[in-house]
Amino acid sequence: MSSIRNVFLRQNPKTTEDNNMGKFNKGAKKEMPALNSSSMPDIVFAILFFFMVTTTMRSETLMVRMKLPTASEVQKLEKKSLVTYINIGPPMEVRLGTGTQMQLNDRFAQVSEIQDYIAQEKASMNEADQPLMTVSIKADEDTRMQYITDVKQALRQAYALKISYSARQGQN
Amino acid sequence: MAKTSRKVPALNASSMADISFLLLTFFLLVSNMDVDSGLARRLPPPPQTEEQTSVDVQRRNLLVVLVNAGNETMVQNQHGSEWYATAEELRGSGSKVALKDKVKEFVLNTSNSADLPELTEEDFGAPIGIVPVTAQHVISIQNDATTSYKTYIAVQNEVVRAYNELREEGARKYFNTSYEELTKEQQDQINELYPQRISEAEPKNYGGQ
Repeated sequence: MSSIRNVFLRQNPKTTEDNNMGKFNKGAKKEMPALNSSSMPDIVFAILFFFMVTTTMRSETLMVRMKLPTASEVQKLEKKSLVTYINIGPPMEVRLGTGTQMQLNDRFAQVSEIQDYIAQEKASMNEADQPLMTVSIKADEDTRMQYITDVKQALRQAYALKISYSARQGQN
Repeated sequence: MAKTSRKVPALNASSMADISFLLLTFFLLVSNMDVDSGLARRLPPPPQTEEQTSVDVQRRNLLVVLVNAGNETMVQNQHGSEWYATAEELRGSGSKVALKDKVKEFVLNTSNSADLPELTEEDFGAPIGIVPVTAQHVISIQNDATTSYKTYIAVQNEVVRAYNELREEGARKYFNTSYEELTKEQQDQINELYPQRISEAEPKNYGGQ
């Protein structure tokens, strides 16, 4: 038995320390082995690619204040690239008053400009995706329905028929 | 030009991690993960001619949900009408029948009442088979010009909730699981069984200025 053990030891001299199992020899000076961190960049790159793919670079800054209404039966909008946003609410800047304004892209717009905006957004889309285009109406909860209806009529005229009333998930 | 076999020196890649971390933090900060969610609707196409194209719907097939300027809701069909003053009442607080139950009663018409939408037998494929459904029913949500968007969404939400509950019940009945666990085809089958037939009418001035 011991001879076999000796052969084993000779072949793997490093395991001598492991051999005195069960004994805690505090006196033995152990060196902390250097962690192999060569795969670190790989891991970081993997996370990086994940964020690069999921990120949407919307440089649009909100110019209207809005508190979305809550609803319990909301559905998630699946493909972000197919969604066009219309923001409706009182302007962020106080000096512009409290009247309902609409923001398309990076500026305030009138309801009459929706058709051009939709046409422009549609044109920038893949042709196969165009019928799947969804317009998300993000409106403040205190907006008068008159405004929403006008927007809806404009969207109808622009043939943007798939809409979504943006709402926060919550008990309503 | 002597051909010397030179060794390529090993690149020092220790800063690689730093660079990629930098990029990672940039994308972390820039990305917004919040997925937009909302109530999906489909608008009718614009009227082709100048004169109003309206579809005649039989009176019994129509459930009118009116939201007035005071954010009060009235739901009315041939069977009767109900009045809701607040959003709580919409959900059935007090002695009121919740709006979703009204909608469900209307869509199902289990009693085959003459005041509720007519039932027609339709084939939905196995395992549902041929069942009577109210294929012609329409829920018309009408609002005033000064109705608040919040109330409008609350009403819409209740109607959608009624449909979702119907679909859930249908899934339990025909597939013995919840709607979420069905395959895409099975979900489509259920959706066909209970299609959302919600019409959003043009605004009218009902009371209020």
